[in-house]
Amino acid sequence: MKNPISGLNKTFDNRVRLGVMSILMVNEEVSFNDLKQMLEVTDGNLATHLVTLEEEGYLKVHKGFIGRKTNTTYAVTKAGEKAFKEHITALENMIRGIK
Amino acid sequence: MSVHNQHLESLEDIKKLMNKSSRFISLSGLSGVAAGLCALVAAWICREKVISYQKAHGLGEEHLREPLVFREGYEALAKDLILIAAVTFIAAFALAFLFTYLRSRKAGVAIWGYTARRVMINVLVPMLAGGLLVWRMMQLGVYGLIAPACLLFYGLALINGSKYTLTEIRYLGYGQLILGALNLWMLGYGLYFWAAGFGLLHIIYGIVMWNKYERTSSETVTV
Repeated sequence: MKNPISGLNKTFDNRVRLGVMSILMVNEEVSFNDLKQMLEVTDGNLATHLVTLEEEGYLKVHKGFIGRKTNTTYAVTKAGEKAFKEHITALENMIRGIK
Repeated sequence: MSVHNQHLESLEDIKKLMNKSSRFISLSGLSGVAAGLCALVAAWICREKVISYQKAHGLGEEHLREPLVFREGYEALAKDLILIAAVTFIAAFALAFLFTYLRSRKAGVAIWGYTARRVMINVLVPMLAGGLLVWRMMQLGVYGLIAPACLLFYGLALINGSKYTLTEIRYLGYGQLILGALNLWMLGYGLYFWAAGFGLLHIIYGIVMWNKYERTSSETVTV
């Protein structure tokens, strides 16, 4: 029998990380501040989760400037997109399985 | 069972964030109604102005639809009409902004967020192109085409912006396009098409949207 846990991605266990991925799936590029506003989290909290996602290779980070202020934007990588889609499929399968 | 619910919740979260991050959903139906009322009042004032101009030159109301003849006071009339249009635009925009601001505050969403900026840019680009065309038409004296051009470009702007806000606004855009196209072949009726497009269509759209999204939500809040 297939293990129902298989397919669920540990990286997306966290609400903030799952949220970041959801937003970036439907938007080409989103800045740090816009992510913070939409997810309603603190700077430090968001930064930690973004680093985790970046280390997994799911995010592309682009550091730019608006005037003198830094403006960091984020986008999903191909690997991130694939991992997210697999996670959603696994979630759906589990819900169907338990029903 | 709780694992089941947890997964369902995750999926709900994902759906909500995808929607919230890609569309500006605080646009209030009352904004449409307010803008429409401004347009109707302005159209009525313009009509009175034109009638009094015609009367001053011995023409009755039955000549209202004929092209205006260049006579004494024509420049002043044109200036008045442009001024009325400008004031109406500002008033309609301010009121539309106010109702949407109130709604976004109630929903706890920042009005000038990422999604709002995107709607604005996508609406403004076609509007500016249309504005440029209308401005040039005024310089060249092609007054008959101004009303249809306004309606056509406004329709395009709405259709363009609808990708980033409530999808239904697309139908308001189609309505403006149809009126603008009809107006191209009924040139003397610009003011009436203007009142129908910027006035009536806005009001109808606003009421429909308010009914669909805001009335029920405010009831559940108060109950």
